[in-house]
Amino acid sequence: MTNVLAAAKDKRAPWYKRLPVVAQLRRSVGLQRGMLITGIVICLVFILTAIFAPLIAPFGFGQLRDDAGAFPRQAAPGGEHIWGTTVGGYDVFSRVVWGAQTAISVVIVAVILSVTIGVVLGLVSGYLGGWLDRVLVVIADAVYAFPSLLLAIVVSIVISGGQSSLLGGIVAAGISITVVFVPQYFRVVRAEAVRLKAEAFVESSKVVGSSTARIMFKHVLRNATRSLPLILTLNASEAILTLASLGFLGFGIGPTAAAEWGYDLNRALSDTASGIWWTGVFPGAAIVLLVLGVTLVGESLNDLADPRLRTRRRAKRRTAATTPLPAAATTEGAGA
Amino acid sequence: MTVLNDTSPTAPAVSGPRRERTRGGGLGRYVLIRFLLIFPTVFILVTLVFFLMRVVGNPITAAVGGRLTPAQLQERLHAAGYDRPIIVQYGEYLGQLARGDFGTTLTDHQKIIDILLTYGGATIELVFYALIVALIVGIPLGMLAAYVRDRWPDVILRVFAIFTYATPVFFAGLLLKLVFSVWLGWLPLGGRASTRIELALGGIPNPTGIYIIDALRTGNPTIITDVLAHAVMPALALGLITGGVFLRLVRTNVIGTLGADYIDAARSRGVSEIKLVRAHALKPALIPIITVMGLQIAMLLGGSVLTETTFGWRGLGFELQQYLSARDFVAVQGIVALLAVIVAVTNFIVDIVAAFIDPRVRY
Repeated sequence: MTNVLAAAKDKRAPWYKRLPVVAQLRRSVGLQRGMLITGIVICLVFILTAIFAPLIAPFGFGQLRDDAGAFPRQAAPGGEHIWGTTVGGYDVFSRVVWGAQTAISVVIVAVILSVTIGVVLGLVSGYLGGWLDRVLVVIADAVYAFPSLLLAIVVSIVISGGQSSLLGGIVAAGISITVVFVPQYFRVVRAEAVRLKAEAFVESSKVVGSSTARIMFKHVLRNATRSLPLILTLNASEAILTLASLGFLGFGIGPTAAAEWGYDLNRALSDTASGIWWTGVFPGAAIVLLVLGVTLVGESLNDLADPRLRTRRRAKRRTAATTPLPAAATTEGAGA
Repeated sequence: MTVLNDTSPTAPAVSGPRRERTRGGGLGRYVLIRFLLIFPTVFILVTLVFFLMRVVGNPITAAVGGRLTPAQLQERLHAAGYDRPIIVQYGEYLGQLARGDFGTTLTDHQKIIDILLTYGGATIELVFYALIVALIVGIPLGMLAAYVRDRWPDVILRVFAIFTYATPVFFAGLLLKLVFSVWLGWLPLGGRASTRIELALGGIPNPTGIYIIDALRTGNPTIITDVLAHAVMPALALGLITGGVFLRLVRTNVIGTLGADYIDAARSRGVSEIKLVRAHALKPALIPIITVMGLQIAMLLGGSVLTETTFGWRGLGFELQQYLSARDFVAVQGIVALLAVIVAVTNFIVDIVAAFIDPRVRY
């Protein structure tokens, strides 16, 4: 038994090749690989921008003057302010760069919180069942059907009363988004837990005498989380959009606490009438690009996980060429 | 229909909300159960919003807390009944809702239900336009993408769909405004109609509040053009996002049905390729699309808050934003509760439509 397991382990690829995104990257071909790589590159650029924001941004996000005096207001791009300045006198380029930090922090907070809560609730609900399960399912369904932005607004009122500091704002926005996402993880994990609890390996651990908690968090959890990386990336992109929407409605983080793209877009709205485009286009483009990158990764993972959508043609030709199969098997493989 | 349903144990499971097949599930029974399900949904949402809003404290402190002395504040709280036990307040709130009373705003003492009557029409109009744009964009392009799957038009369309998803509606609105009203000067910058036209529309007998209907009733081409010109950009901004969702959905589902045997059978009978996609592959794919459409209408309502704010389109979402910035949380709670009812009813209607189209959808 142990020998077989050890042998199976030896055959598996090294751990770094089995990481969620890396594994799919190795499996992908052609256009899908292109999409995945583009997505990963965009995400990496933004993550690096977020980490090195203090080095990249020429000014602080709340900075209105330097040694030479106050910044000009609504200055066109060029010169000292390469992307211009806003109506309040902020440097657009600096705020876009710092905004990456805010966006990515919020995404991390939101995703970690919602995965943790959603997975635990889903496991407990699905594995234990009973009245708790029924109540949680009805609540999750009700929340799921409700416009997520409205829910996020209500929660952000509750948490921060509207405006807040940098850390408070990030946590508040993160939690607001979490409330929206928990039902999604809950549904997925619950469905898996319900399916898995009828499996033989759960029964055998019961026979061996494992505690319910051990079965749930060791055996069921391991098998129920396969589809999570996928929802996770899709949710990360939604988190960015929700954060920006909250900011746009005036419920984000104040301009002196942090740079937030949605807030900047709100300010930029009144600029458009006079043809000032740089205050809105740059933060907006940043949102689009980041969401695009994350979505490309998510979409590719989705396609690769779904055999109906996976591109297989070229991969098949390769296997047909490298492994000498009987003719019948080859044609069958090509026809499938 | 019922007979078929009872005697066919191999009927495939329907995707979407969990539906268990039981004996004797007729259409009437389905409609009834589905209707009764509206109430727990609304109840849960309203309860959730109520308790969430009360976690912070109370709306009066939130709105005017800094500006009053503690004694004054206490008096205001007492007058509004916010110093009583929360469960009493909750019971009273539910009683009000049951009578159709969603409360009165703090800042301008308007009844929430009046706000709905005044501004609801505008939001319905916007959501309707957006839905039309979404369907016109989503369904044909989705079919095309499925048919040319994995070739370059498909790639372009998928990138387009991802772009529509990645663009927040207010950024799309900002770009549209810049290009079409500021630089090209073709379309008005915002609002639902020009001031003069709005006055004219307010003057007609029994206005519906839905401008396009009112405009058509006047029969005045200037008014109709003006109203339509104002609607183009909001409808595009909100509709394209949903259109992208529909495109992806149609694509995935049509790819699924295109692989079915009856498609091969139809092709061998000499059915033209266009008809094959349009009639044979699309129809079975429409059912999940209709179900998702219900959820999307809810999302459109959420998106309308952003769209209306972007374009100064005075509807429910615009009002909600105004009350949000005024920190009038009674109004916010009322409008959100109202939207919960609207969403629940919309989802009910969509599910019923799906049940009429697909005899497999039954309890």
